[in-house]
Amino acid sequence: MSIFINKQTKLIVQGITGRDGSFHAKQMMEYGTQVVGGVTPGKGGQKFEGTVPVFNTVAAAVEATGADTTVIYVPPMFAADAIMEAADAGLKFIVAITEGVPVLDMTRVYPYVKESGARLLGPNCPGLITPGESKVGIIPGRICAPGPVGVVSRSGTLTYEVVYQLTRAGIGQTTCVGIGGDPINGTNFIDCLEAFEKDPATKVVCMMGEIGGADEQNAADFVKHHMKKPVVGFIAGQTAPPGRRMGHAGAIISGAAGTAAEKIAAFEAAGMGVAKRPLDFVELVKARLN
Amino acid sequence: MNIHEYQAKDILRKLGVPIPAGEIATTPDEAEAIARRIGSEVVVKAQVHAGGRGKAGGVKLAKTPQEAREKAAAILGMQIKGLTVMKVLVTAASEIASEAYAGIILDRATKKPVFMVSPAGGIDIEEVAATTPEKILKLPIDTRFGLMPFQAMRLGFFLYDDLAKARAASKIMQQLYTAFMQSGCSLAEINPLIVDKAGQVIALDAKMGIDDNELDRRPEIAALRDETAEEPSEVDARNANLTFIKLEGNVGCCVNGAGLAMATMDLVKYYGGEPANFLDIGGSSNPEKVVNALRIITSDPSVKAILFNIFGGITRTDDVANGIVTATKMNPLKVPIVIRLTGTNEEIAMKILSENGFSASSDMDEAVKKAVALATGGQAA
Repeated sequence: MSIFINKQTKLIVQGITGRDGSFHAKQMMEYGTQVVGGVTPGKGGQKFEGTVPVFNTVAAAVEATGADTTVIYVPPMFAADAIMEAADAGLKFIVAITEGVPVLDMTRVYPYVKESGARLLGPNCPGLITPGESKVGIIPGRICAPGPVGVVSRSGTLTYEVVYQLTRAGIGQTTCVGIGGDPINGTNFIDCLEAFEKDPATKVVCMMGEIGGADEQNAADFVKHHMKKPVVGFIAGQTAPPGRRMGHAGAIISGAAGTAAEKIAAFEAAGMGVAKRPLDFVELVKARLN
Repeated sequence: MNIHEYQAKDILRKLGVPIPAGEIATTPDEAEAIARRIGSEVVVKAQVHAGGRGKAGGVKLAKTPQEAREKAAAILGMQIKGLTVMKVLVTAASEIASEAYAGIILDRATKKPVFMVSPAGGIDIEEVAATTPEKILKLPIDTRFGLMPFQAMRLGFFLYDDLAKARAASKIMQQLYTAFMQSGCSLAEINPLIVDKAGQVIALDAKMGIDDNELDRRPEIAALRDETAEEPSEVDARNANLTFIKLEGNVGCCVNGAGLAMATMDLVKYYGGEPANFLDIGGSSNPEKVVNALRIITSDPSVKAILFNIFGGITRTDDVANGIVTATKMNPLKVPIVIRLTGTNEEIAMKILSENGFSASSDMDEAVKKAVALATGGQAA
């Protein structure tokens, strides 16, 4: 079992002929993801890699392929429209990889997607992977292995680091999800925790948060009141100065709010395991699997 | 990106917000000339990207043009929170009958811009929120519909009982919202919004923060960036497409990905060191980025050891290795370097490095420990 994607997931790639889109479409196909179509306006009728049909619009792609999921690699200024186009075409799961989407655009996109009934992951995220079944996005497949641990994170390479440590220690994953580092994103920690709690194959959840906002504090509250499965958490940015945007648009301590200390205290109050460094996940997870 | 008070005021003034006359001066002579043109008492205000300008002595009242010159001479060149004042705004003084607060922030919880207004203005709004939350009206705005007239009136009446003043304020709310959306703001604030002795509602101060993601499509806003008001190494890094933030420690860090970069800084601290910077070289694997990163890190004299932590996904570790070799051939390093690489093309990268006399590890903890030991003057662990 897994959350959000599995072997049956039928994916289209928006921006499939672009530099990033084509590279990662190939990687996803090699991993075994069912890539059933692609979208690039003006390139409808072409075949990507000789096999995958390309369409001018998402609506045409969905109609012809029966896709249920899309991944978006279009440039930031077009990302908002691409996400809304996907929701409008009836896709149920939309993964937006694009970094640099203006936050004001997301204030329109978020309610639009919500009202359409679709789930949005991202933007500015690495996507997700269900090891051995399907990957949607850019997480390197070879660092993952199938197993009992759910992983959810606001970061890309930090997720790779933790997943790599787990896999090296012989601990596999059900699904690894990167929710992205932007202040407004479609799927938050709680959405993923809720899905992992319901997934029978997931036994322990690892959660990597960072400074800024209150998502981790709200997630800790959810763990305390609604989860039976153990959760181990980590917060990046313990040494970050206040008022500075640490790479991710959402990673900023505003005034005294959103600090690492505040978030770690929330984890502890919820009875979660707290990893002080990425390597600590291995022992903390092992102890909770047994 | 932050813009200065005078720039924010220019944007608001163009939209019709009542703002006292004022001009920018970079010398005491200019300040005196502006005060003479204004022809009344003026306020001389330091233009720096820092809060608490008043407390730091960066805002002074001047009764005569001569006095404006003296105040400007005192303020120009002054340090406020580590930033040198290069410009002052010379603006007509107002007689204040009452002070209020009006602001819009992009709120993560509601995923909307949220208006905040309070009749208790002129002071720190966070303090008002903490001590007397009933004095603040918070109003989330659905950007698909914009600020609706009834909402603007509700904000106006929260500030003033008097219809004329409430109307004047609601008009300013519309103008502030327009400025917020047109400039791609994450924050726009008028503090204080005053009523003067004549009963006019006027914006005395203005502050705007711009979402960096907006700058590509708003060149007129991007042009407002004042590089003289920023840390030079950060300007250099931005022009090289790197995300860099200078810190106080001595372990120079170069990492790919923001989350891993923060976690690396934290691990430096965990092992008893202090990071000298946050530096994210991003996802693309371009040796030139590594060359720029090394140049920026080594230009900080407090750096005693350099730590690379690269987890290759999209980033190819061999590109990073080539970048390190190229950069150090151009400018031989004066401080030790510790390299951790793993992921895409790791074997090729390790080979490139060892052929050029570098050693590298694939273990993050080991590399960080070693860098901390070198920076603190001890031997490599």
